[in-house]
This record gives sequence, structure tokens and C-alpha cells, in this order.
Amino acid sequence: MSEGANLSKAQASKLIDGATGKWEVVIGMEVHAQVASKAKLFSGASTEFGAEPNSQVSLVDAAMPGMLPVINRFCVEQAVRTGLGLKAKINLHSVFDRKNYFYPDLPAGYQISQYKQPVVGEGEILVDMPGGETVKVGIERLHLEQDAGKSLHDQHPDYTYIDLNRAGVALMEIVSRPDLRSSDEAAAYLRKLRAIVRYLGTCDGNMEEGSMRADVNVSVRRPGQPLGTRCEIKNVNSMRFVQQAVDCEARRQIDIIESGGTIKQETRLFDSRIGETRSMRSKEEAHDYRYFPDPDLLPLTFDQSWVDALARDLPELPDEKKARFIKAGLSVYDASVLVADKEATEYFEAMIGAGAEPKAAANWLNNEYFGRLNKAGIPISAGPISPEAAAAIVQMVTSKVISSRGAKDLADIVWSEGGDPRTIVESRGLKQVSDESAIDAAVAAIIAANPEKCEEVKAKPKAAAWFVGQVMKATGGKANPQTVNAILRRRLGLPEEG
Amino acid sequence: MALSSDPTQFTIADARDALTAKQISATELANAHLGAMTAATSLNAFITETPDRALSAAESADVRIAAGGARPLEGIPLAIKDLFCTKGVRTTAASRILDNFFPTYESTVTQNLWNAGAIMLGKTNLDEFAMGSSNETSYFGPVINPWRVRGRNDDLVPGGSSGGSAAAVAAHLALGATGTDTGGSIRQPAAVTGIVGLKPTYGRCSRWGIVAFASSLDQAGPMTRTVKDAAIMLRAMASHDPKDSTSVDMPVPDYESTLNLGIKGLKVGIPKEYRIEAMPQEIDVLWERGVGWLRSQGAEIVDVSLPHTKYALPAYYIVAPAEASSNLARYDGVRYGHRASGVSDLIGLYERSRAEGFGREVRRRIMIGTYVLSAGYYDAYYLRAQKVRTLIARDFTQAFQKCDVLLTPATPCAAFGIGSKTADPVSMYLNDVFTVTVNLAGLPGISVPAGVSQDGLPLGLQIIGKAFDEETVLRTGHAIEMAAAFKAAPQFWWRTS
Repeated sequence: MSEGANLSKAQASKLIDGATGKWEVVIGMEVHAQVASKAKLFSGASTEFGAEPNSQVSLVDAAMPGMLPVINRFCVEQAVRTGLGLKAKINLHSVFDRKNYFYPDLPAGYQISQYKQPVVGEGEILVDMPGGETVKVGIERLHLEQDAGKSLHDQHPDYTYIDLNRAGVALMEIVSRPDLRSSDEAAAYLRKLRAIVRYLGTCDGNMEEGSMRADVNVSVRRPGQPLGTRCEIKNVNSMRFVQQAVDCEARRQIDIIESGGTIKQETRLFDSRIGETRSMRSKEEAHDYRYFPDPDLLPLTFDQSWVDALARDLPELPDEKKARFIKAGLSVYDASVLVADKEATEYFEAMIGAGAEPKAAANWLNNEYFGRLNKAGIPISAGPISPEAAAAIVQMVTSKVISSRGAKDLADIVWSEGGDPRTIVESRGLKQVSDESAIDAAVAAIIAANPEKCEEVKAKPKAAAWFVGQVMKATGGKANPQTVNAILRRRLGLPEEG
Repeated sequence: MALSSDPTQFTIADARDALTAKQISATELANAHLGAMTAATSLNAFITETPDRALSAAESADVRIAAGGARPLEGIPLAIKDLFCTKGVRTTAASRILDNFFPTYESTVTQNLWNAGAIMLGKTNLDEFAMGSSNETSYFGPVINPWRVRGRNDDLVPGGSSGGSAAAVAAHLALGATGTDTGGSIRQPAAVTGIVGLKPTYGRCSRWGIVAFASSLDQAGPMTRTVKDAAIMLRAMASHDPKDSTSVDMPVPDYESTLNLGIKGLKVGIPKEYRIEAMPQEIDVLWERGVGWLRSQGAEIVDVSLPHTKYALPAYYIVAPAEASSNLARYDGVRYGHRASGVSDLIGLYERSRAEGFGREVRRRIMIGTYVLSAGYYDAYYLRAQKVRTLIARDFTQAFQKCDVLLTPATPCAAFGIGSKTADPVSMYLNDVFTVTVNLAGLPGISVPAGVSQDGLPLGLQIIGKAFDEETVLRTGHAIEMAAAFKAAPQFWWRTS
């Protein structure tokens, strides 16, 4: 059966043009998310980022003789909560295995991981795309494992140094099904996953500090054909790089196949400086990890009632929040953009709490505040306008106390000087002028001073905007623009707009 | 027992009484044993002796005794198998790779002993990483059995892997010693040196701080000259340890108090599969004699079957090396231990450090273990061995529906000559044939001296019990001990003075 024959419009739009026709890219992701825990997975050592090398290493982390791992209950709890957030099956019985390989930043010579029986089974994530499409991505599993330490190759010309601070830190490996069909979808999936773990508080999602890293599996095929051979791109550490890595890897594979070659299954690295992936090791060179159950640890077992209690205490997650926002009047798009960012959502909800009307608040964030923050390069959590002040600004626009132009000026002042927006509006005279006689006088003065412009406008009514601008300027932006427009048209004898 | 003029002839129980009665000081007791150690260097029982530490601990013990604050093992001098990490005291696992390793931590079991007042005399020799049945694989050379064939001067092995501990106790260099038992490493050397060796239930003693060989099988236990001493020592060694997830949170009984309750009405199972081919007749005779002793004390003898016994040894020699190959990966020359010099690449560093650091038998087992876990072989070997293990455990569960304990020989033969089995690993591995089943099932087992061979060498009988029923194991062992009235002793030929 060929599914290629009847691709939907959305599916067709994702295809990539090759020299010989269209190609479909197939992507699956393995995301490593560091558990937001103060202590490591099997030792009591701290997990704080950026500490002095080897200052957060216990005897267990350094794999001293006779040392034994003891599971950190908190980390297990976070894995289960994450599983619940992914609407996944929670396995009441799971097993820790040893993954054996030699590397200096792996002190025991094995990583404790979960192989055949992970703590979390199948689930799914809904990914909203800007075009309005919602992509359902299957989650194959989530398992707990230890992170390795770090090899420092740049400290000495002849030696490699080892920092074990990260060794033993708890990671959740979240494996998706190959359900993604474009680099945009891959990045959107990662963004959504990050939003979910951040809402849950199970991972801080900080990709710069390496708290979230993605291994991206990429293959290409002709639409409707069976899956092609995949390559795994290791350790991609930003959304942008995920997109770039998928794009250049898909292009590389298409070029090879179109020029008569075949794809070798291998592990590749993405070099963000040159925008290329390069081979790290082939399938033949792959390690034989000799997985077997770790005899130092008992299987993880829990009661359904414990899982149920965790489920009851789960916070509201992006999808539920989005539904609630749409119900409150937001567009699907605005709601999706907002819930993708946990801090923005919190800000938005604080604005609503302070009395702002939801749709107006969302508009102000999308059209005004996010732009300012982006330009200044500061996160919303560090932005200078409090949600309460923002609510006051939005409320004053809604109740026509200030014009939208006045709102911009007011936001400028609050942004740079702080202060209570309502007091500022009073003290700086930012109130919108709707008094017709004052506006009429201003309009009359401008018309009188610019007779040649009047003629121009009569011939070309669209030029009236120039007069509106002049009146706004003369009134310091306080005039109600609709009133200005109406009076101007009356005085110049132009037809009513509409 | 009357006070002997030689304190090294004491049992732990005697010494405890004599110390409490102030008939002897802890310092005198320690000095007597340190002297015996000095005179016994030819046995090579110790890798590291700690006389200064012993004497200063003895002084503190004397102060406590004088103040009336003696703890259960106050002033009792013990030897510690050099597989237990001891804080500030070199710990080698009898391997070159840990030749100069000084732990910054104390194993839970030894800490428990020190908390009970015991004193460390030194660290005893063993097979490298506890891999061996004759103590011949030690980097520090073989241990010599204090026993000799009647009328001969040939050196014999003390069994293994706890050969140094066994020799130290048998030669009266220590009142007791710690051992570890992965496939028989306490019970087999105890049997061939004429002492008592107890392997507790898996989980009874913490493994924290013991250099790991095979994590799912390793268990620490006491090696003593009497069953009562084993009972006293086990009580101090055992504990639930939050640092070992496989240690069990169960009360530790006062084993000593129930030793004399007798075995009237006890059901003793005799597993027919332990009557193996080519077993020397004297072992069979000893076993029969044991049956008679227990019956005459009121026990009921029942025949039981452990049908999967013959698969135990092969399964053991898959599971144990598999775990060992992983457990020993940490000895890579990177952070501690032996590192090859003059190597400039990573793979070379691993290969050279490990080739130089590990001896032949350890290398052999790492290779077997790596092989049986490899892709394509895992199911045929490791997984199958685990299934056998489940069947063996089930055999025991079913047998214990018909009886309370099992009686078997401890070893298939008496002590053998140094070098006589080193050329054939399989004949060496056969020494564990009666002991490995117990480890695979995680059960408690004790070896008690029960007689001598035609050559005048000690032989032991083994009592196997239900999980966490060390009480009945010790009580039955005590019944054997009483009936056997084993009085034979080695001839102190090694004394140099």
C-alpha cells in the first residue's frame, strides 16, 4: 500500500525538492533531560552547575572500590511525573541495567541506565505548528540514567583532564517515535517537550547549560516508501542547531542517494560553525555495551496508588492551559505561542489576575512587550515592567483613558523609569483627549497653515493620514485618533470612511 | 574453660570472659597474637600487619574494660580479609592493581566490628579479587595451610579465596577473621583448615566497602574456631545498611543464646544429588557419620532432592565472571591504583595498566565474563545461567518444605598440594561444587570441622538453612561440633622461635 499517493496538503508542503523529485525527511529524537534535583541519581553529591572541577564528587561517583549506588527517590518521582505529563504508561516494575564501556569520564566503566524495562512506557506529545496543524508525536519510552563526567582536552598540550562533577547526575532519556517530518517540526517538538518539563518542574530545560540535549535520528525516503537508513546526530544543544542539523543532514542524504550512493547507518556530529554533520563512528564501530541488570540495585517497584497521588498533584500543563485560554477568548495561535513559554504564561496569568482583559493582555504581550524584551535581549522574568503595571496599561487602553499611541509612550516610561502607570498618566498628562472642541481647534489650525496640502487631500483622500499625524503631533499624541479622523473629514469635506 | 597460659589458645568466648574477669588485659591478648603472627610469616597469611593500630586499640579497650563499659567484642583481636576497605590502612584485594591503595573510608562490616570493640591485627591474604579456591592467585604469593599431611613436609593450600583468614585462625594468629564468600570462599577454606566458616544469607551483612567480585553473590561472614564464636561475630557484623540497597532490614538475633537449644525434632534433609561421582569414600563416610550424629540428638532425617544441582557450577562460572567483568572495569589506571608508565594513548593506557595490574585468573574471568555478556551470546549464556539460578533457588524452596536444614559435605576433598591444580582451572573450580548452590540461592551455610582424612587433614560438613535462618544453621552446626568433638590441631611447625 502506498500512502504517498494521497498526501495531505500539509504533508506535501513538508517535502524537500531533490534533483530527481520530492523527498520526505523522517525524524525521531532522543532527548536527554537532566532531572531538576539537588542531588545525583545514585549518590548524595550536589548537582549545582558551574562549580569548581571535581568539587561535587562522592566516593560513589568516583567509583572507589566497594562503593554502591543507592537510588534517589526524588529523581524517580520526577521521572514518573514527567511520564504522567507525557500521558505515558507508568511501569510499576522497572529495572536498572549496566551499560558497559570504557572511557575516562565514566569512572565505573559502566553507566547505570534502564534498558529492557524502563520506568515509563508509551505516551504522546501534541505539537502545534504555526500553520495551525497539530502533529501527534509518539513517545516510545522514558528511562532514567546517569550522566557521565567531562573530559577537558584543552587544559594541557599532552594530557586530558577529567571533571567528574557531572558524573552520576540524573538524566531522563525521552525517546520519540519517528513521527516528525520536517526540521520545523523537530524544533517545535523539542520546544513543546521543554515546555512540558518546565511546567512540571522536572527539568529546567536550560540547553545552554546542557540540561537538555538532543540526539536526532534522520532518514529520508520517497513519499510513501518504507523508512530509509537513518543516521544519528549526537548531542545537538539548541533549537536552532536541531533545525540546521536536520536540514543539512537531510540534504546530505538526498544528495548521496540521488547520485547513486547508499546511506550508511552511523553516528554523526553536527558542527554548528560550518553547518555540516560529520561521521563519528559507523555501525561496525558501535560499542557492544553488554547490558545486564545491575546487581547492586533492586528493581524499581511502586504502587498504583503512589502514581495516582503524583498524577493528582500534577500542575496544569500547556495543552490544558491552551484550551482554557482559547475559552477565555484568545486565538488558537496566541494561546499556543503563550503556553509554549512557561514564564510568559505566568506573566500573562498575573496580568489577568490584576484585572486585564485576556485578549487585550495577549495582544499587548504579543504586539508590544515581547518585541521590547527581544530587542533588549532580556528574558521575561527579568523584564522591567511588572505584570501588574502591564495590566494597568492594558486596562487604561480598554477603557479609552489612553490611546494606543499613549500606551506606547507610557510603556516607554515604565520600562525605563518604573513607577505606577496610573500615576504617570496623571502627572505627565498622557490622558487621551476626546474633547471635540479642543481637537477641532487643532484641526482647524493645521488646515489653515497648510492650504496646498488641503488641495492635495481633496484630490487624493488617502493623503489625509498626513493631517492625522500632524494633529496627533500637535496634541502630543493624546488626541483620540478616531475623533481626529472624523473632524478632519468633516472639515475637508471628505466622505466618511467605511 | 580454664585459663590457658597461651592466650592464642582462647576462643573468642573464652577471651571475652577472661577480659571481663580481668584475668588478662586486651594489651596482653593483642601482644600474644602479634607475637604469633611474627613467628608465622612463613604462612604468608597476612598482606599487611597493623601492630601499632592493634596495640593502641587494645589500650583503649583496657580503659573501657576498667571503666566497666566493655562492648560485645571489646579487646578481641581479629584478622580482616584484605577485601574489606579499611580507612587509612592499605587495602589490596591481593592485586597489583590496588597495590598501593589506601581507602579514605571504612567498610560497614569492619566498622560494625570496631563499634563492638574488636581490634584489627592486620589484613589477610586472599586469592586476587577473591577469585580462586586455593589462595594461589594472590599477587602477594600463596598462603600456606598450617596443616600438613601426616608425616610429610609438603606445603598445602589453605583453600580460597579467604585462605589468609582461614590460615590465621587455624594457626591461632587471630581469634577470628572476616571472610567473604561468593561461591564458597569462606566455607571451603574453613573446611580444609579445620575451622568454622559461616556464609550468612545474602543481604544479612552489608557489602558497602567490600571490594566487589560478583555483587549478586558476595557476602561477608565470620571464620572462627568454634560455632559459638561464629555466632558472636556474626551478630556484630550483621546490620541493615542504607548504603547497600541489597542489605535487608531485619532484626539481628542473639545467635549465641539459642545455640544450646538442641535439635530435637529438627528435620534435616539429605540431598541425594550431592553424592557426586568420584567423591572420595572418606567424604561419604564423614557425611554418613554426620547423619548419625544429628539423628542421635533427636533430629529427623529426610531424603530430599535438589534436581538442578549439577547445573550450579556452570551457571556460577557464568554469572560470577559476568558481574566481575563489569565490577572490575573501574580499575583502569585513571583515578587510583596501578597505572602503566610510558603510555601515550588512552587504549594503550587501559590495556597496559590492566594487563600489568591483573593476574592470570582475574584476566581469565574478565574475559569469560565479557564473552558471556556479549551481543549474540547473552541469551545463550548469561540469561540461561540466570534461569538455572532461579531453578536452583526453587529446588531449595521445595526442599525446605520437607525439612529445616540440609546436611552436605563442605568440600569434595581435603587440602591439596600447592601447584597441584593450578594448571587445570576446571579441576580447581570443582572445589566449589558443594558450596556454590548456596550462593546462587542466597542462603546461609556453615562449614564445621567434623573429622580428618586418612592423611590426617581436616574435613568439614556443611549445614544449609532457610534464608535469614542463621539461628537454626548455627544451632545445627553446634550439634555437629559437639558430636564430632574435633580435637585435631596443626603441628605449629611454622613457628620460627
